[in-house]
Amino acid sequence: MARAFTPKVITANDLLEGDVIYFTADDSWTRDMASAELITDEADAQLRLLDAEKQNIRIVGAYLADAKAGPNGPEPTHFREDFRRTGPSNYFHGKQEAEANV
Amino acid sequence: MYKYNEFDEAFLAERNAQFRAQVGRRIDGSLTEDEFKPLRLMNGVYLQLHAYMLRVAVPYGTLNSAQMRTLALLAEKWDKGYGHFTTRQNIQYNWPKLRDIPDMLDALGEAGLHAIQTSGNTIRNTTADHFAGAAADELTDPRPYAELIRQWSTDHPEFQFLGRKFKIAITGSSADRAVIKAHDVGLQVVEQDGKIGFRVVVGGGLGRTPMIGQVLREFLPQADLLPYLESVLTVYNVLGRRDNKYKARIKITVSENGIDTYRAMTEEAFMAIRGQYDGTDQQLLEEIKTHFATPEFRSAPTDAYDAAYASDPVFRAWADTNLSEHRADGHAIVTISIKAHGQTPGDATAEQMRVMADLGEQYAYNELRISHQQNVILPHVHKNDLPAIHATLKAHGLATANIGLISDIIACPGMDYCALATARSIPVAQEIATRFDALKMEHDIGHLQIKISGCINACGHHHVAHIGILGLDRAGVENYQITLGGDATETAAIGTRTGPGFAYDEIVPAVERIVEVYMAQREGAEETFLETYRRIGMEPFKAALYPEAQKKVA
Repeated sequence: MARAFTPKVITANDLLEGDVIYFTADDSWTRDMASAELITDEADAQLRLLDAEKQNIRIVGAYLADAKAGPNGPEPTHFREDFRRTGPSNYFHGKQEAEANV
Repeated sequence: MYKYNEFDEAFLAERNAQFRAQVGRRIDGSLTEDEFKPLRLMNGVYLQLHAYMLRVAVPYGTLNSAQMRTLALLAEKWDKGYGHFTTRQNIQYNWPKLRDIPDMLDALGEAGLHAIQTSGNTIRNTTADHFAGAAADELTDPRPYAELIRQWSTDHPEFQFLGRKFKIAITGSSADRAVIKAHDVGLQVVEQDGKIGFRVVVGGGLGRTPMIGQVLREFLPQADLLPYLESVLTVYNVLGRRDNKYKARIKITVSENGIDTYRAMTEEAFMAIRGQYDGTDQQLLEEIKTHFATPEFRSAPTDAYDAAYASDPVFRAWADTNLSEHRADGHAIVTISIKAHGQTPGDATAEQMRVMADLGEQYAYNELRISHQQNVILPHVHKNDLPAIHATLKAHGLATANIGLISDIIACPGMDYCALATARSIPVAQEIATRFDALKMEHDIGHLQIKISGCINACGHHHVAHIGILGLDRAGVENYQITLGGDATETAAIGTRTGPGFAYDEIVPAVERIVEVYMAQREGAEETFLETYRRIGMEPFKAALYPEAQKKVA
């Protein structure tokens, strides 16, 4: 039996900044995973990935990452995506630092 | 140490200008990422989890004070105020912006540094004994040969697209501090009938298939170094597999074809290649050697050192762990620990880099070294200067007395930065160091090397650690396997796995149990962890790590 499709977000790195970005429902990019589009249909996921890759001039390495619906929007299901969403654990750098400076 | 000539400067400036234009074409959309990626990798630019990463080579681990200040400048001006020294004597910046990288490379170029071939399937930075030119047990300084290899391998047209990356390490001592047996090619300077040459070791490597290198040539005359290396690489280029990335390293080529076949093919290629060398390389070598002339070591009493050693217990503890024997009377080699308990192994702030640069200039004949163990070395220091050096280090968080001890941990960046990682390394290292510091046990435990890798690629050298830790992803959770009995020296050995792995919150207690077994079983404080392990074997450690399994057997 084929494995059930798990919800996804599309994520990549910004070409200039190099930081983690997420694809939104209106074909733009956000630095906040909770604002990303949560894709729940497998066929839709591949099409949305193609949409995202049309913007390869300003992003690098778009891929589908497992996610789940949370109270404020999509959340990671794997610790790797949690680190990408947050930043390293040895310094308060990356997204956690950026958020603190808002 | 080596100083660039006009050719070197022009070559590097042109290369940097090329890369600046390539970055420009990527940004304006003329290049796709698929086209740009191999170009950026050739210049040391990775894209990691949170940002770009720039890897800068410190050739054979040697740099002068001005170069160290340039590394500090990069950290401060274009990064987040620090740099990370790696197990291959490189420094990595974790937060550069793509637009800034050409400026960073230009700044490096002005100081005689570069990031060329710090990535990609090329010949990487040749690493060397970090005590080269200073160690009391050394036959001769291996760095002129390393520099010759650097010049030969940089932009070598035949070796820009190897089947896989290629790493060379060199030592001039029989005591191996450069882990030469875990490199694609390891070179040991040896003497035969009064002549200098090399013992050539091939096919070592860590990663998913760890192997100890085998001797390819017991004695290679000095003059044959480049043609012979070229022959080794030529055979690898022909014989090495390109169908499977995981079977592409030379260790697999040697293992699949056998060392005898590899040797025969290398010797055959060597017969053809040797004639193409007309001695120009040897002239160049002689010129390079003049750059590495031994400093004029001063002769002076060591009374200030003796007095501090007798009266200051903090200084004495530091001197006992962080100094090594120097070839010259009254001198010592200082290893500066950049592993304060609880800090990230191998990280130094811009300010610390400047302090070390100043110390190098003032006290160490303008030389610094980076070790594969992720520390910084002042290779030539007169003992009477040590109290002043120690006081300065202490004021800047650099006087940790832990070299060779349990908190002198090698750790790769792991999942905190690396796109390949499967688990974190840095926090595990931080917690082990903090834990044993709190227990005030580490000086009592003595020489014990812990090395941590956050994935199977083994940048953290876990296979050759006394206690090796490998972080994996097991069903979406971090899990850590332990190996015991590895050895990174001339008696190199791959560690043995203890058994099932441990969860993130179980790994530090597991290390503690291993150390408890050692402390209980050792025959006196003189017997090191590795010696005890070799004497008593794996079983007592297993019993402590897996008490439940033992019960089932009983």
